[in-house]
Amino acid sequence: MSSTFSILSQDQPGVLMRIAALIYRRAYNIVSLSVSPTEEDGVSRFTVVVDGEPRICEQVRKQLEKLTEVISVTDLTRDGNAVERYLKLIKVKAPQSSRSDIFQTAEIFRCRVVDLGSSTLTLEVTGAKSKVEACIKALQPFGIVETAGSGQVSVARSGFDEE
Amino acid sequence: MGEKLTGAQILVKSLEAEKVSTIFGLPGGQVIPLYNALYDAKFNNILVRHEQAAAHAADGYSRASERAGVCIATSGPGATNLVTGIATAYMDSVPLVAITGQVPVTVLGTDAFQEADIIGGTMSFIKHSLQIHNPNDIPAVIKKAFYIASTGRPGPVLVDLPSNVQTAEGEFVWPRKLALPGYHPDELNNLDKLDEAVSSLEKAKRPVIYAGGGVLRSHASKQLSAIAKQLNAPVVTTLMGKGSLPESHPHVLGMAGMHGTPVSNRALQAADVILAIGTRLSDRTTGSAESFAPKAKIIHIDRDPAEVDKRIVTDIWLIGDAGKILGTLSKALTAKIPERKEWYTFLDKIKKKEPMPQQAFPGAVTPWQVLETLNEVTKGDITLTTEVGQHQMWAAQYFRVEEPNHFITSGGLGAMGFGFPAAMGAHFARPDRPVVCIAGDGSFMMNIQELDTCARYNIPVKVFVFNNSCLGMVRQWQELFYDNRYSSTLYPRDPDFVKIAEGMGASGLRVEKPEQVEGAIEKALKIDGPVVVDFKIPQEACVFPMVPSGGCISDMIFSK
Repeated sequence: MSSTFSILSQDQPGVLMRIAALIYRRAYNIVSLSVSPTEEDGVSRFTVVVDGEPRICEQVRKQLEKLTEVISVTDLTRDGNAVERYLKLIKVKAPQSSRSDIFQTAEIFRCRVVDLGSSTLTLEVTGAKSKVEACIKALQPFGIVETAGSGQVSVARSGFDEE
Repeated sequence: MGEKLTGAQILVKSLEAEKVSTIFGLPGGQVIPLYNALYDAKFNNILVRHEQAAAHAADGYSRASERAGVCIATSGPGATNLVTGIATAYMDSVPLVAITGQVPVTVLGTDAFQEADIIGGTMSFIKHSLQIHNPNDIPAVIKKAFYIASTGRPGPVLVDLPSNVQTAEGEFVWPRKLALPGYHPDELNNLDKLDEAVSSLEKAKRPVIYAGGGVLRSHASKQLSAIAKQLNAPVVTTLMGKGSLPESHPHVLGMAGMHGTPVSNRALQAADVILAIGTRLSDRTTGSAESFAPKAKIIHIDRDPAEVDKRIVTDIWLIGDAGKILGTLSKALTAKIPERKEWYTFLDKIKKKEPMPQQAFPGAVTPWQVLETLNEVTKGDITLTTEVGQHQMWAAQYFRVEEPNHFITSGGLGAMGFGFPAAMGAHFARPDRPVVCIAGDGSFMMNIQELDTCARYNIPVKVFVFNNSCLGMVRQWQELFYDNRYSSTLYPRDPDFVKIAEGMGASGLRVEKPEQVEGAIEKALKIDGPVVVDFKIPQEACVFPMVPSGGCISDMIFSK
């Protein structure tokens, strides 16, 4: 089991280290971590996926809340309804002979071609973890040269008010 | 425009603005500008012999005065020498502000001479840490450091000050407000389960109050006393909660846990409701989590929401300041509380049947004799600090503490070397009160160099060394659980503590016979200055009762 935490924090030196150190020292395991600035100046959002049973994840949440720079921590998994996305860049071997097949596969996963060279091309795929993983499997027969990916990023869904 | 000052001067002015009365430290290359400014400071600046002692002294000052203690060290080795003190303060929730010098900002990260990433090094056992890059930021950072250290669940805060910021010029402007969008300790209140707590307490037949160090940090002793009376409930304390109620109080059963009183442990195991206040329900008090208080509904009051269900899953929790919550609880309790004859008869029987076990050592000075005599001679009216080990547990078992903050010990970290410098700090916090440090020969040797500091400032700390020529607690475990294989615990020769004391400018006394104990204690307390009393105690003396680590607290060992 795992939980996805959305952490809003002051954008200060060392916050990443504090979050990572805390999770490490409490003997929890980070599955994925991503960070970016938010729309608000001086505030960052961390999306951290941590392995653990619900009781452990609630401990992680409360410990993270204690960090002085941390403004809020939401357990998106516990709260139930969130959009989760991964981004992956996949460089595949692409001789002329197999290019059209690669494009077809890419089309199915709605990949974008972000780079094209004489012998390889690089695709960008975004989506849920399962989709990204399936895309990589589908491209494997062509020969994957290298991949790079983001951690999971998430926001809570807001839904519609029933009035 | 204000007057131009150096960063170092701004720091000193900031400490004055925080009404700091005493700091402990030792200079070095990267704090020479700071010490230059400290030359003109209005507060006491105590020069110690080792930075670790500065941190422990600031900690002892804090615990005795309930105000943040301050220590200063240089960069690199000075800073790393503070680490044990910072971890000690963190584990026991003590407000401490540690100020370290750092290499100039321009060479940070280049492995410059005496550079150590002390913020990174202390990250996992500190409440917060701040590095300053601009002298104009110093006042706000210092104000933040004291505020964060002292509020909510208190703890240590580190301020790392590169030397070029100490020499750079800026202005001293004391901020009115602090921008801390992620820190609102007073908003952490949750009394949703108050009604449930009230109904459980009103229905309780065998209630026990379990008081931890949080009662002292929240100044909630009065409220604790009131609720104990109102509920007609017995009180057990943790090591850190010792003194939260006067130990002569008829409701107090003593310390619970690994070396607790039999009646405290049995009370917890037989209780139907436990009101745990300001405690992290640590393994040293509860024994194994699975076997702890099997029949009890546990009501947990704590300042820190992260303590709820951390080690022991409790039934009802209330979050906030212990004093306030106890006040609210007290008002909400309306039912008539019974006499609890059966419960108190049960407890009295245990007290009679299972008194504190004492080994017999005919003709020898025993630790309990020294502590009981100290009780009688002082009527408990001293501040007692301890080092860590057997003597610490004996002190917890036999020295009666009548007021909050009169018993100072390293509970969570269990840092040997803490008690003696902490006693120095306690003296500066309360110069009117005599301070006695109960030490072992092992622990005392860890910061014994501070005898010189005591002599230089005439700090009248009395160190009572329970000298058994060994690392007694480990030796005890080896005797009980490791087939008497005394690996690296026995010292074939003793340092001459009397000569060391005299060599350092303190007085030294030696006690080898029971009939010398009282006279020596009286003499030591009369001497105006630091004194070391070397009590030779039997090496075979063990701390009993004892619950083996990870066991159930009702499974106590009473003798070998």
